[in-house]
Amino acid sequence: MDYIVIIVLQLAVTVANLALIAAGLAIVFGMMRVINFAHGEFLMLGGYAAIVSHRAGVNLWIAMFVVAPLVVGAVGAVLERLVIRRLYGRMIDTMLATWGISLALIGLVTVVFGNTVSGISPPLGSLEVGRYAIGRYELLLAVVCAALYGGGWLLLRRTSFGLIARGTMQNRTMAAALGVDPGRVYAVTFAAGAAVTGLAGALIAPIAGVVPTIGAAYIAKAFITVISGGAAIIAGTLSSATLLGSINTAFAFAFSPVLGEVALLAAAVILLRLLPQGITGRFFRKSL
Amino acid sequence: MSLLAASGIEAGYGQMRVLTDVRFEVEEGEFLGILGHNGMGKSTLLKALCGEIPLTRGAIAFADRDVGKLAVHARARAGIGYVPQGRQIFPALTVRENMLMAALGSGRPATVADRVLAKFPRLQPIVDRAGGVLSGGEQQILALARCLCGEPKLLLLDEPTEGVQPSIRDEISDTLLRLRRDFGLTLLLVEQNIQFMQSLADRVLHMEKGRVSAGHDEAAGALAF
Repeated sequence: MDYIVIIVLQLAVTVANLALIAAGLAIVFGMMRVINFAHGEFLMLGGYAAIVSHRAGVNLWIAMFVVAPLVVGAVGAVLERLVIRRLYGRMIDTMLATWGISLALIGLVTVVFGNTVSGISPPLGSLEVGRYAIGRYELLLAVVCAALYGGGWLLLRRTSFGLIARGTMQNRTMAAALGVDPGRVYAVTFAAGAAVTGLAGALIAPIAGVVPTIGAAYIAKAFITVISGGAAIIAGTLSSATLLGSINTAFAFAFSPVLGEVALLAAAVILLRLLPQGITGRFFRKSL
Repeated sequence: MSLLAASGIEAGYGQMRVLTDVRFEVEEGEFLGILGHNGMGKSTLLKALCGEIPLTRGAIAFADRDVGKLAVHARARAGIGYVPQGRQIFPALTVRENMLMAALGSGRPATVADRVLAKFPRLQPIVDRAGGVLSGGEQQILALARCLCGEPKLLLLDEPTEGVQPSIRDEISDTLLRLRRDFGLTLLLVEQNIQFMQSLADRVLHMEKGRVSAGHDEAAGALAF
């Protein structure tokens, strides 16, 4: 019984982890079709923003929930204005440019903080389930992740900005002909995606620690999750995170964590062979 | 008084010039038609007027204001409504959301969309249907309704009967006449269907090889075939 409870909790944590890593990319790539190769570095910057500001005396929760999203959101806004804005619709150029940004950010952060692992120990201690235990902080991540996606759904479905953003991403030219300034909508959406990525980076930093090169560990999983999800960014990313996370957990418990990672990647390849449009290309098509 | 005046405008795509020295005026409250075959530059003219392609020469005055260099969205907010060829309905938004997008996107309150919807009994039963699954005729009516949600003074219409059944064509022309009355609109319609044009326009100009000229009977007769 305890074993089952711990597996279920571990599953929720794994799924939340994937969904958090992919959330910002779901906005930037899923919605805006910008292939952001610097997504991993945005996560890394979020981690550093939280750790550095916490060490400077800021309350840990404020460092994670306020400082990190603001810092990375601002970095995203500046990069959108200087680079991304000029490349909308030019996929290869965007890939090259964001790859350059990625390398530049890694270099910059290495110069400032050195190529060593920084970390903070996860707060809140652990929850005992019979003979097993799981970190309370990790469970909190699952709750925050659910709140983040719920909030995103409400924003897109219920607010005027959400409606205008959805319309603009579907047909930029027509949105402009109706009086919407598409440049502004894109800038705000990109900055929001960066801010969400910063928050996610800060939230996983106490578990994974940060090094300047840690982005590489996240970026592939983030892209796989968003692409496997398909066109509906919220239902899609959540359903693919659930599917891939379950496979990962199952193999990790049955064999080893490394095999869990391998199984996740193999599952994504099979999934995209069977459903080239992602999960929401076939199921939950009317969702968001 | 003229609401829109194009004086010597030239525009095109890249190196290719499509419009040559186009001059005409649309009077306030007028329904002006521009007739021309495919490839004569009708759609390009409307794109130049709404700002989708830049002018290489000439000027556009709208409501006594020079709008020739304004961005697309700024011209829309100034009162130039554009219903493009192919309707360009947002496929994943519902009928209501398509209209709300136009109202909110141009800085109007959401109530404008409800007020416009009340004038379109045809759309009321399908407000929650996705734009992408509507028929061509329904999409055309929605494109008109959506445009009105931005409260334009001038409506630019690009071949509203293209790809629409003949029975719906009559409905569209009735709708246009009714809207003109109800909303006090000024309209500029480009078409190649002469019957449709004649049932609507107060005055018809002709477009040939990127130039606009006053209509004459032979040209109209030739186009009827």
